[in-house]
Amino acid sequence: MATTDFCMPVLGADMERGIVAQWRVGPGDEVHRGDVIAVIETEKSDLDVEVFQDGWIDRLLVPEGEEVAVGAPLARIRVLDAGADPSSTPPLDQHPEPGAVPTPPGAAAATPAVHSPLLRRLAERSGVDLAHVTGTGPAGSITRADVERAASRPGTGTAARTLASPYARRLAADRSLALAGITGTGANGAIVAADVLRAIEEAGPSSGRDAGPSRPQPRRDAADRARSLRRALGDLMSRSKREIPHYYASTVVDLAAATAWLQDVNAARTVQNRMVPAALLLHAAVAGAMEQATMNGHWMDGSFRPAEGVQLGVAVSLREGGLVAPVIRDAHLLDRDQLMLALRDLVTRARRGSIRASEMVDPTITVTNLGDLGVDAIFGVIYPPQVAIVGFGSITEQPRAVEGMLAVHPTVTVTVSADHRVSDGRDAARFLSVVARTLQNPEQP
Amino acid sequence: MAVTTYRDAMREALREALHRDERVFLMGEDVGRYGGCYAVSKGLLAEFGEERIRDTPLSESAFVGAGIGAALGGLRPIVEIMTVNFSLLALDQLLNNAATLLHMSGGQFNVPLVVRMTTGAGRQLAAQHSHSLEGWYAHIPGLRLLAPATIEDARGMLWPALLDPDPVLIFEHNALYNVRGELADDAGAVDITRARLRRPGSDVALITYGGSLPKAIAAAERLASEGIDAAVVDLRSLRPLDDETILTAVAATHRAVVIDEGWRSGGLSAEIAARISELAFWELDAPVRRVCSAEVPVPYARHLEEAALPQTDEIVAVARELVHGHD
Repeated sequence: MATTDFCMPVLGADMERGIVAQWRVGPGDEVHRGDVIAVIETEKSDLDVEVFQDGWIDRLLVPEGEEVAVGAPLARIRVLDAGADPSSTPPLDQHPEPGAVPTPPGAAAATPAVHSPLLRRLAERSGVDLAHVTGTGPAGSITRADVERAASRPGTGTAARTLASPYARRLAADRSLALAGITGTGANGAIVAADVLRAIEEAGPSSGRDAGPSRPQPRRDAADRARSLRRALGDLMSRSKREIPHYYASTVVDLAAATAWLQDVNAARTVQNRMVPAALLLHAAVAGAMEQATMNGHWMDGSFRPAEGVQLGVAVSLREGGLVAPVIRDAHLLDRDQLMLALRDLVTRARRGSIRASEMVDPTITVTNLGDLGVDAIFGVIYPPQVAIVGFGSITEQPRAVEGMLAVHPTVTVTVSADHRVSDGRDAARFLSVVARTLQNPEQP
Repeated sequence: MAVTTYRDAMREALREALHRDERVFLMGEDVGRYGGCYAVSKGLLAEFGEERIRDTPLSESAFVGAGIGAALGGLRPIVEIMTVNFSLLALDQLLNNAATLLHMSGGQFNVPLVVRMTTGAGRQLAAQHSHSLEGWYAHIPGLRLLAPATIEDARGMLWPALLDPDPVLIFEHNALYNVRGELADDAGAVDITRARLRRPGSDVALITYGGSLPKAIAAAERLASEGIDAAVVDLRSLRPLDDETILTAVAATHRAVVIDEGWRSGGLSAEIAARISELAFWELDAPVRRVCSAEVPVPYARHLEEAALPQTDEIVAVARELVHGHD
């Protein structure tokens, strides 16, 4: 048994301090990697913060409402040593002296038990956790008979370990859904993605995500918060304009093909599954970022570091004022439908204030879309350390010259503000041409 | 559109290269008078003459070495090695010379060599003529490896391979030479850097290349009749691997089966499975599975040979098990 400190995380490139707005756990609570254990208030927003170890909360070191510097210890967590027997956890001392954490007898001396594959297979098949089986073989080793005996005893199933696929775990974690309550239908009873999706559906909309124990939140009043948010954003944007030599480019893209394609696709869909134009716009921005590397990455320590994939920041305006730009992770791996779902989910949660800290990892390029507010074109200010921001205006019908004739087509103005330290007008032109080409060839996946 | 065979498409690619660039020549065992042991170069000696279609002694190390020298001297040699099994005699030339000279010369000397060889089993040629060793070459930095699995790729991969300033190995599965199909009249060079999604799907990705591609496509068709929507990825380039296409297919299906006629242990299939778990772990809804050849020397007897190789039935069974959680 060892202890580790859970420290104030860095939740943004320029974060220096944070406030513990709320503890979701208390001393003695068991925690698992990925559990949200606290809500941290930064100048920009409130973020759910996850723990990275399995263990037990030993004590909380910072009371709710207190502001501390990044890196300051917030809580002490007892973690299991590798190989220690989880069943030998001692009853928790609720008031341990700092630095005097009791060591369970035997835990330090315990060596990882070695079982034959046959035995492990048998245990897995019959749903027995070997850690809980008493061995009767030579030197206390577990025999086949021991496993069979354990399997026949009620209540000794795999309660200690839930089998779930990585994808299922990710889906559940994204929605703060506990795996324990889900029935698995995969091999060996493992929980697979279909099981999680079923559980989400059964739980109904909006439940699940807020599954954590809710406690009254000490919050600063809304006006105060809005002021602080506005100030933080102002600082960031001032820095951007001070340090980044912005240049701008724009193009008007004919959306006749895209609109026709959308109508075709949507004709076969139910209302709630219909694809929205925003999905096409995001998809095109991702395609541009993938093809034009100088628009996608970070300016760090005086040089440009291109990113391999696209972590797509999406500017979302908050009802109380202010702006956050949560990220759609690995957007380059998503198709238009997946992008749309990700966008919908992100906007809902950003406005509700339940953005997870892991979603605030630095985006590699940001998109701002003011189309629904009737703006023709928007030239954004780059979020440092990114090097470009893409703007989409509203989709409007405009007269266009098409093959010598006048026609009325839906169009959108696409802009890019880019960092002249990293790229030149030619790069922006190439980026915009990829965006335009992608939008004009919607039948290509 | 004209109907042609993989063999004829490959011959057309050779003819095009020989016509387009005077520096191009073909050499290897029996490529001239005999027309190539798989008849790929049949007729080329009469058309291009002995200077450019050169029969060599049975001496893989010597004629691959000569090819490297010719490439260094400014020519664009195409060296044919009868089968990958015999290429081991030239392994030193390929690994220690062709793949390393650019590095050893501090970037001064490229080796624009193209080596073609057949690979694979299925024709009752027994253990010394039937192995799939391309995975070994995929281990070597400095080489580009191509595996044309379609008539279009047989026609189109050679020219871009010749344009590559560095050594390129082309693996032609012997079971493909007789495959017939349509080829566009203006068919020509193809992209040799990307894998290709031969069939989209949403339930499981069958990832394969070369001689196993037709089996994977047949498996996908069978699976479709059972309501399982299988995607098929044709790797095409075995080194470098096109991670993006592989990962995109895995992200769309959350399940992957890698089909490789090479042996399982330490094989190309292992590399692909490892990349999937490194780069797409959180996309996986089931373990990555592999369908490979049995770990024995390829048997001679037909029924034993068939049993030793990846077959459509097994691909279907493994994919079904992944999707349903049981067979």
